[in-house]
Amino acid sequence: MNHNQPVYTDNDPQSELVTLNLGPTHPATHGVFQNVLQLDGERIVSGVSTIGYIHRAFEKIAEHRPFYQITPLTDRLNYCSSPINNMGWHMTVEKLLNITMPKRVDYLRVIIMELARISDHIICNTIIGQDTGATTTFLYLFQFREHIYEIYEEICGARLTTNIGRIGGFERDFNEIAFAKINKFLKEFPVALKEFENLLNRNRIFIDRTAGVACVTPEQALSYSWSGPLLRATGVDYDVRVSEPYSSYGDFDFEVPVGTSGDIYDRYLVRNEEMWQSVSLIQQAMDKLKHEPAGIFHADVPEFYLPAKEQVYNNMEALIYHFKIVMGEIDAPKAEVYHAVEGGNGELGFYLINDGGRTPYRLHFRRPSFINYQMFAHMSEGMLLSDAIINMSSMNIIAGELDA
Amino acid sequence: MAAITNQELITILGDKFGDKIVNVSEPYGLLTFETSKDVIISVLTFLKESRNTDFNFLTDITAVHYPEKKHGIAVVYHLHSMVKRVRVRIKVFIDEHHPHIPTATVLWNGANWMERETYDLFGVKFDGHPDLRRILNMDELGVHPMLKQYPLEDPNRVDKKDEYFGR
Repeated sequence: MNHNQPVYTDNDPQSELVTLNLGPTHPATHGVFQNVLQLDGERIVSGVSTIGYIHRAFEKIAEHRPFYQITPLTDRLNYCSSPINNMGWHMTVEKLLNITMPKRVDYLRVIIMELARISDHIICNTIIGQDTGATTTFLYLFQFREHIYEIYEEICGARLTTNIGRIGGFERDFNEIAFAKINKFLKEFPVALKEFENLLNRNRIFIDRTAGVACVTPEQALSYSWSGPLLRATGVDYDVRVSEPYSSYGDFDFEVPVGTSGDIYDRYLVRNEEMWQSVSLIQQAMDKLKHEPAGIFHADVPEFYLPAKEQVYNNMEALIYHFKIVMGEIDAPKAEVYHAVEGGNGELGFYLINDGGRTPYRLHFRRPSFINYQMFAHMSEGMLLSDAIINMSSMNIIAGELDA
Repeated sequence: MAAITNQELITILGDKFGDKIVNVSEPYGLLTFETSKDVIISVLTFLKESRNTDFNFLTDITAVHYPEKKHGIAVVYHLHSMVKRVRVRIKVFIDEHHPHIPTATVLWNGANWMERETYDLFGVKFDGHPDLRRILNMDELGVHPMLKQYPLEDPNRVDKKDEYFGR
């Protein structure tokens, strides 16, 4: 911040400040949220963030819905990587019910979650490119998000809000086409990612715009409860996948990339490296699947896992279980559970309190975007407006996760 | 840095705060205890700054409403020690008709929006908070919607009764 600049207050008659409403629906904010900025020329003097434009009261709705009807709500948190949210929710309930998953299901989940992480990071990094003026990179890499959506579509039939998997496993096994598409993706995506990196990593304009902009120290980041790639870019090697491995992440060999200065360039590099690690994780999972018995896609928990439809029509036992699950006749333990997964933007936590009923007594989402975003207005003070815009893109704020 | 077990943590806290730490349990391995609002900030400060505990990360602040209890609102803190690789959950039960509790923004900047959200949804007033305004709902709402007395749906509707959804 340049401290020689005069700082005006609101009521100063000599004030030359301009009030700028950035948002609620501004193309540069990539979502519905508003920042009221006081500008002195092109420099931001102060800012106030207003959020809540798409608040949908998910925590209230969740108190009135059975567990399996909450999965579609989690889709709509971070809708750029909904499978991670879905899996996080399933694992929370499985933790509550003490269900142990077969290894094959864990590996299938790892594939899905890492694909979702790649699609999340593609959005963030290509948009940093877009906002610094590099439209080409956006077009090169963004088509792979489409390929990831095609893989989702093959597995669960949906693309954006996936509702993928069930409590206790998946609703159906991955078919041959899905595996073929994953293999195709594994072959083609590294080529494109390499090309993407060639275009940006050593690009003079890109580095000038991003390096040394919006630096954050590890102390600041921890004080603001940052998590995910943003925290790792400051140099703190915290990753939920490593610190508290879930879904058999402990079986995999991968690295947690960290930055040094916490600036936008470091965040970009951390996300890029995470995409490489995700590709390696998917490859490892595909290899591990070959050693697992085929055809297992859910745990053996008939009390909680909905039976297949044709079983319901033809098999008495399946019909009974179907009825009991849908009518909520099965007791869940009275307990409190906190489960965290590494979402695209950081630690995505589910705090579930169950009082023995068929719906949660209370469900709270720890949403990384919401918590990461509160530093934005404070960070922007003294920054150029155009830098604040790329700072916002590099934080990858998703409006759905911000407001819940 | 060695990890610390829940048992060691209970001992450290017991030595320091004695009978202010009550109802200690470990659901699913996560150390949970209750304390009172007059010592909550000292407990949080101790956990954050003591070299033996090192809870440097505030994971979350939220609240739960229990209308049938005498102190009907539980403010719940989740802390995480990345160094000692342990999490802890702290609950403070406060009077629902006089929901005041000191703010944790003095310790973590990140507590700011978490407390605003809790105020917005539950009406918990965090004393000393620099900017305690609603955050998700509109300023004119007038109620704190996550309290259990407010129904989800219009109570006059017959097709949206809670029993159809299991409550």
